[in-house]
Amino acid sequence: MSAVQQAGPGTSDEAGTDSAVAIVAPRTSSTEKVMRIVVPVTMLLLAIVAWHFTVVLNNIPKYILPTPADVVLSLWNDWPTLLPALMVTLRITVTALTLALIGGVAMAILLVQSKWIELALFPYAVILQVTPVIAIAPLLLIYVHDTQSVLLIIAFLVAFFPILSNMVAGLKSVDHNLLNLYDLYGASRWQTLIYLKLPAALPYFMAGLRIAGGLALIAAVVAEFAAGTAGQGSGLAFRLLEAQYRLNIPRLFAALILLTSTGIAIFGITSFIAWFSLHRWHESAIRREN
Amino acid sequence: MRNVSKVFSNGTLALKDMSLDVERGEFLSLLGPSGCGKSTALRIIAGLGSASTGSIDWPSSQINSKGLPQGDIGFVFQEPTLMPWQTVFGNVYLPLRLTRVSKAEARPRIMEMLASVGLADFADAYPRELSGGMKMRVSIARALVTKPKLLLMDEPFAALDEITRQKLNDDVLRLWKLSGVTVIFVTHSVFESVYLSNRIVVMKARPGQVFADLPLDNSGERTAEYRTSEAYRAATHEVSTALHDAIHAGGGTH
Repeated sequence: MSAVQQAGPGTSDEAGTDSAVAIVAPRTSSTEKVMRIVVPVTMLLLAIVAWHFTVVLNNIPKYILPTPADVVLSLWNDWPTLLPALMVTLRITVTALTLALIGGVAMAILLVQSKWIELALFPYAVILQVTPVIAIAPLLLIYVHDTQSVLLIIAFLVAFFPILSNMVAGLKSVDHNLLNLYDLYGASRWQTLIYLKLPAALPYFMAGLRIAGGLALIAAVVAEFAAGTAGQGSGLAFRLLEAQYRLNIPRLFAALILLTSTGIAIFGITSFIAWFSLHRWHESAIRREN
Repeated sequence: MRNVSKVFSNGTLALKDMSLDVERGEFLSLLGPSGCGKSTALRIIAGLGSASTGSIDWPSSQINSKGLPQGDIGFVFQEPTLMPWQTVFGNVYLPLRLTRVSKAEARPRIMEMLASVGLADFADAYPRELSGGMKMRVSIARALVTKPKLLLMDEPFAALDEITRQKLNDDVLRLWKLSGVTVIFVTHSVFESVYLSNRIVVMKARPGQVFADLPLDNSGERTAEYRTSEAYRAATHEVSTALHDAIHAGGGTH
């Protein structure tokens, strides 16, 4: 301490300097917290205002580009039409994601059990992964009569592979010495899986979950475009197309906003789950000062 | 435990007809140039790799289905090898958990073990919060929590700085005296092996074989003074010479 004080003879009042630093530090961080919210929100508002005046000043007709107010109004008025569609899309997305989680994890555990199982099954996993899944929709429509089920199958297949490949990578990434240690203490296959492999794969699983969450929604929408559902019981993608055919562009925008909000919600929820399960130990979820 | 005559050789001939008797309560260092198979030998003793030929006898131990003395071996790796998702407590609990000891039953043993390595206050910390030396202590506590008869250490302090390493050397010696465990300590440091052991086995490379078997007078207390004493200097000289000869006896390719 004394060495430090002697080293700075130019500053006559060390205590004053110290306290000034101490006061400034928290003010900076709380200001930053506020700015973290204020800056993006302001930016969004500016964009909306710019959008509004672009439409008004250029006299752009509503069927080309509606004003933000038109979109909000449509969201409000068409809510009885849009809400059931949103629920359909949500149900497909969430069900597909859930099935993909269960199937992907189970399949990954099966694959890493033996080299032979992996050798036998992994080529099919790769073939299905590199095939644009949406291209098999016409085929599925022949075999499966319920269109909703076709959408579900496609969304499931799309969400399945990120989970599978991440899980396989995770289960294989276990520290070799830790595996030796489990061997040394005579751990059973089951104990090694539960206590060692699954926790070690958790960060990989979470990365897969975040990718799969986004893909499940995209697949649910794209599959509906491809399958061409109509009428009652159809999802947001059908309402989008319907609004376009009818040149009801405000409603198209409203449906789009609902899809975007759903995507943001899925991203937020999966990110939170990842953070919550990893923040105590994994590098990816630890806040660093430097 | 008397570990009689293990003879093995494998495809690359990492070890050739290596025989070694280990006395109960010994602190034995395996010393040799890199690639001489000292880690391989240690892993075979632990059952982590099998010998191509030869066998290991374990008098006075119950042998399990894998031919290993059940619960009688502790192993400390080169790295701390901790599970990052478990706390210090959880990591030390692992060997007991795998043999289905309940947490309540294990708690006093774990806390006692953590206290003996000076980490009683860190039971709830995660490995990432600990320094390299502290992680190594957790690893040692985990190896000793089952009260093994044999403790195998594979260059455990090679990655640590000199000061931490000396501190941990003293800790290992203290724990060794306290528990009466037999230690086989793999190292490539002459100074470390002389400071710690009462017997040093020097190995030569290509093929890995026992080159010299040097018992050390262990009557002197291992303290900071010992590091500068004449006895330490003489022993270091003897071991260095043996190691030098071992390097030149081995294969000729380096």
